[in-house]
Amino acid sequence: MWDFWIQVGGVLFLLLLGYSAGTWRERSHFSSLRRREAGHEGMKVTNLKAVTNPDSVRQATLVMGDAVIATDYFKSFLARLRNIVGGEVRSFKTLMDRARREAKLRMLDQARELGAGEVWNVRFETSNIRSSTNKKNPAVSVEIFAFGTAVIRK
Amino acid sequence: MIVVNIEMVPGYTILEVKGLVQGNTIRTKHLGRDIAAGFKNLVGGELKGYTELLTESRRQAIERMMSQAQQLNANAIVNVRFTTSAVTQGAAELYAYGTAVVVEKEGE
Repeated sequence: MWDFWIQVGGVLFLLLLGYSAGTWRERSHFSSLRRREAGHEGMKVTNLKAVTNPDSVRQATLVMGDAVIATDYFKSFLARLRNIVGGEVRSFKTLMDRARREAKLRMLDQARELGAGEVWNVRFETSNIRSSTNKKNPAVSVEIFAFGTAVIRK
Repeated sequence: MIVVNIEMVPGYTILEVKGLVQGNTIRTKHLGRDIAAGFKNLVGGELKGYTELLTESRRQAIERMMSQAQQLNANAIVNVRFTTSAVTQGAAELYAYGTAVVVEKEGE
């Protein structure tokens, strides 16, 4: 009898831990993203391939950024609940959003370091990072890789 | 060596197309990082260990691609693309490929 309650208590504790820590981290990450994105205002970012005015280009180089983000226990739990009825998994949407914005910001940071004001042909690649510690809670981690061509004008 | 992911290098003319070049690495995860990642899954957030691992692997794949291009006497690689595939549980292959070309700066 006790065993059952201890297990339930354990799950609730992990959920609470995941929820509070996860939410706090998410909020601070989002505000950090907003701040850094404001710093990159004026940067021209596009997924077009044909660079305009190619004669005025001094240098073009590949720039990249990537981020691996893991979800927390609470979100994974919510997702499995959602599995029962289907539909949008909102809890994971913020995860993907964060990873994508982080990867894009790192790419822009690298472009800025090179002195470029434009990044062309931006592409995103997504991959699953599965952890071998499977248990009953499959670790959801996603790697988002952003890359493009930074262009420095004369 | 100029490396870009667009089809031509702006301000340069392509004199000769040498062909497809590639570079890849297969990386397995680090046990220590894996355990840290398992912990992170409780609280969520970025897995910095994995990010560094993958960034480093990708850099190595690009370097291999560049050395292949150098062997062909090319001075630029255009239209670079990347793929990641899970080979076995715990291992991922990072693959970079592009077209090695010989370019010349357009007359100023």
